[in-house]
Amino acid sequence: MVKFSAVAKRYPGGQEALKDVSFSLEAGELAFLTGRSGAGKSTLLKLIPAIERPSAGSVVVNGQNVASLKRAAIPYLRRNIGLVFQDQKLLYDRSVYDNVMLPLAFSAHAPKEAARRARAALDKVGLLGREKANPVQLSGGEQQRVAIARAVVNRPAILVADEPTANLDAESALRILEIFVAFHQVGVTVLIATHDRALVERYGKRVLRLEDGRVA
Amino acid sequence: MIAWLRQHGQALRLGIRKLSLLNALVIGVALALPAAGYALIETLRPAGERLALEPRISLFLAPQVKRADAEALGARLRADRRIGSVRFVPREEALKEMSSVQGLSEVIGALGRNPLPDAFVVTSKDEIAGELGKLPGVASVQADAVWARRLAAAASIAQLAVGLLAALLGAALVAVTFNTIRLQILTQRDEIEVSKLLGATDGFIGRPFYYLGLLQGLIGGVLALAIVGAALALLNREVRVLAESYGSNFRFAFLPVSEALLVLLLAAALGWLGAWLSVGRHLRAIEPR
Repeated sequence: MVKFSAVAKRYPGGQEALKDVSFSLEAGELAFLTGRSGAGKSTLLKLIPAIERPSAGSVVVNGQNVASLKRAAIPYLRRNIGLVFQDQKLLYDRSVYDNVMLPLAFSAHAPKEAARRARAALDKVGLLGREKANPVQLSGGEQQRVAIARAVVNRPAILVADEPTANLDAESALRILEIFVAFHQVGVTVLIATHDRALVERYGKRVLRLEDGRVA
Repeated sequence: MIAWLRQHGQALRLGIRKLSLLNALVIGVALALPAAGYALIETLRPAGERLALEPRISLFLAPQVKRADAEALGARLRADRRIGSVRFVPREEALKEMSSVQGLSEVIGALGRNPLPDAFVVTSKDEIAGELGKLPGVASVQADAVWARRLAAAASIAQLAVGLLAALLGAALVAVTFNTIRLQILTQRDEIEVSKLLGATDGFIGRPFYYLGLLQGLIGGVLALAIVGAALALLNREVRVLAESYGSNFRFAFLPVSEALLVLLLAAALGWLGAWLSVGRHLRAIEPR
């Protein structure tokens, strides 16, 4: 589903974030990406939805080589990838419900179908009762769950999360991870970057250790 | 197809929500100037064209010329193939005509005798005024053609000036829209960035801004026409008083319907152009990091 082959990423200015990364994720697999801060976890994740492009090597997502993808094709790639960020990136000028509706607007669903999907996604993260609230009224954990609902509302095949539990207390973090595991169990490919060893060990899933620009 | 309509409907609603009447008013005022200039030129054009189509030459006879000599001259004029029509205006008729003009009858009454000469009014497309002036008994010649040429020259200068004004203010319209949309894009930076991350195409994100530019231009055009209409109505109230004192029913006419529609179309198109330029330049600059 996701295949990195000899991927390197240098930023302008010479900083080398990734040197030689190769790994692949099978469809429906759940894996954790770990490593020190600054090891390049975020860079690696950004290569999957083509937020960044590799300097060398190939990144194949769902059979498409992202490295050579045309600019115009990127939105369609991203619709099949659910993205969850450390800083949620919610829009605070609208309700929880409208935040979750956002990705449905540009994939042009019928209004009824869109509403049904948005409510289903909010239900999966346990926030159906808070749909009218503004995200600022929610706790950090709840905001992260809104972000997950928004990421999965288009039913993507791949879910990519960058430190989704970084700013949360242990209980909220666990709840977030349980949600990811639930998506993994219904066949979604999930890749989660985290530096929380305890959480990773608890699940006994595959771990990709990023060290010195390489995956060990 | 339904999905396409739905997306456009949604973009239109978003565009309407972002509309600023103040910006539309700026555009309206800017467009009102050339539109008004055009309306004025269009009002004056028929007078100039009539003069140019059938240039009249007036031959004023010397006061001592006898009626019989005048008739002989008339026959000679009618025989000339370059001359279209010939009309003899006896001095009595000229006086009567002049007396009917309001304000002049008292002046003429005060004179006591008829100061006017007999005259011929002929039409000709050829430049024969000088030649006619040398005919026996002709005291002076006045050719409208000269005036028609002057008027036409003045009209083409005015037209050029209005054209230049329209081009300049059209560019201003594009610039105003460009800037409005630049600011809109900047204030919606977060939403645009998130939308791009979630898989929105540039077309989808740009669409409300295209509608915004189009609508802003269109409303500006409507306001421009309203301003011109109101200004002409005000002006005509005063013009009527002045024109009636000259026995004329002259009025400034509003733009013809086709020209008014053209103003709206151009305003909308220029608004769209401004939006297109702005979106092309500023939307690409916002990329998620």
